[in-house]
Amino acid sequence: MREEKSKLKGRIWIVGDSINTDLIVPSRVLTEQNPDKMLEATLELVIPDFYKKVQKGDFIIAGKNFGCGSSREEAVYVLKQLGVRGIIAFSFARIFFRNCINLGLLPIVIKEEDDSQNFAPSDLGNEGDLISIDLTKSTILSLNSNKKFTFHPLSPFLQSYLDKNGALSYIKEQLKQ
Amino acid sequence: MSISNQIFAKHCNKKSLESGEFVECDIDLVMVHEQLGGRISPEFRKLGLKNLWDPSKVFYILDHWVPPPDIKAAKMHQIANKFAKDYNIKWNMGQNQGICHQVLPEKGFSRPGMLIVGSDSHTTTYGAFNCIGTGIGATDVSIIFSLGKLWFKIPEVQRIEFEGKLGSKVMGKDVVLQLLKDFRTDGAIYEAFEFGGSGLRNLSIAARMTIANMSVEMGAKCGVFEADKILENWLKAHPAPENQINTKFNQLISPTKDAQYKKIYNYNIDEIPPLVAKPFSPDNVVPVEELGTIEIDEAFLGSCTNGRMEDLRIAAKIIKGKKVPANVKFIIIPASREIYLQALNEGLIEIFIQAGGVVEYPSCGPCIGGHLGVLGPEEICISSSNRNFMGRMGDPTSKSYLASPAVVAASALKGYITIPVKDIWE
Repeated sequence: MREEKSKLKGRIWIVGDSINTDLIVPSRVLTEQNPDKMLEATLELVIPDFYKKVQKGDFIIAGKNFGCGSSREEAVYVLKQLGVRGIIAFSFARIFFRNCINLGLLPIVIKEEDDSQNFAPSDLGNEGDLISIDLTKSTILSLNSNKKFTFHPLSPFLQSYLDKNGALSYIKEQLKQ
Repeated sequence: MSISNQIFAKHCNKKSLESGEFVECDIDLVMVHEQLGGRISPEFRKLGLKNLWDPSKVFYILDHWVPPPDIKAAKMHQIANKFAKDYNIKWNMGQNQGICHQVLPEKGFSRPGMLIVGSDSHTTTYGAFNCIGTGIGATDVSIIFSLGKLWFKIPEVQRIEFEGKLGSKVMGKDVVLQLLKDFRTDGAIYEAFEFGGSGLRNLSIAARMTIANMSVEMGAKCGVFEADKILENWLKAHPAPENQINTKFNQLISPTKDAQYKKIYNYNIDEIPPLVAKPFSPDNVVPVEELGTIEIDEAFLGSCTNGRMEDLRIAAKIIKGKKVPANVKFIIIPASREIYLQALNEGLIEIFIQAGGVVEYPSCGPCIGGHLGVLGPEEICISSSNRNFMGRMGDPTSKSYLASPAVVAASALKGYITIPVKDIWE
């Protein structure tokens, strides 16, 4: 069981640097009480019809500063609702990263090998390629190119949060004590 | 220790802190806005708790979509209002006070040494008051509502030393645009800024709020200013409604001699020219005079970044007695009711209206493309707000340029992006 949990496999979507939360979920749908309407707008200007194309277990590969801008937790919520398993990026904006931990969307910070200036999200493959992630070894393997990448493991503090599958479970546990 | 480390240490009862360390801190105040009616209320209610940990430490205000432009926003407000009533939120500001980041300090709630969090990324604004203000998500708010605590990763601190004074056509906005030009939008992710230096005496509280406000645009957790006489006077003039808050947070915090900084930067403010951030990123910064001719459809003066008295006074000085071209939508939104009233008393509102401007009631308005001046296809706006992301202020093909209130007013008059003709500080 443990073995299965530590290995993840999924298709990838490639996006660029500084994908801000307005792009992930535009403010015009933030007052929306119908969740479907909100989901339909996910990343609409970056990957048209993303909500139709995305599959459960997919990963998004991004450049620097993913999730910058507004604090809207809806940005993590819509990705999680659509089945996205995690975001692999060179860096995350702070509040988006917190929201990932709180809602249980896996935020993976990739190591830039040899500080290579040419390293780009597309080095991990092309849209639709399969990757396999080993959470114990902190590695990502591109199943199409066989290239291997490493990432920064989450700190034990954050991992324990993420293992509880969202902050609400953490709160319940704390309230019992 | 740096100012922010001292504040974090005090709130987690530790004597020293390492950057990168995770701590759980007690929260002095949590600010919530429309998000209360968005994800906070339904998620928190799932916990089945009868009470908040401390309703006297919650500040609630509606500001993004006030008054509601449509039924959906009105419903969101109803959900938020019901929550505030059900859980007896003490500092319920309702929907008639203005923008959270202006109203909260104005009412005296941001005081030295405090740790304030808010369901809005621009909560960093409160750094102007020698305290930590930082943005959090909806579930973070639920954690605090339940436990009164939140985890933080202790940030590395970048120290900025300001020297000199603002040029004759330059405002606090230009200072933070210069920082953005240098640090870019990811230059301070998970870090804190600390602002000090001899130049502080030439930066008003309004200018400091603008700089702290847009610190988040560089990824910073907070941007904390050193305390000085200007701040002390401001605090005296803006006491909190409860004296307990004033007495508890009356110690100004200065960095100690052993403070550790990732790096110290010196900025000579004299050298900063009027700047503008081109679409679609706030770090896409160039001097206005190198921009070329960009004709505009809209000029927006307002938002939590630049809707204060200083901003309105300077804009009014530029606009007075002149007319804005009929094809330019000149939209003025004072950041709070207090400011609106004061501007009215000083005759500024009349100047704007006589010039052809449209003065709206305090709200975030077009900054997030909500209402009161949303941009249509291909439209171009010069805006005093904080973000020019694609589609943020309206149609995805519209473009926003970010600049100071002085540049916004000067551009509104000419119909293209330009700097003021005369000294704005005279």
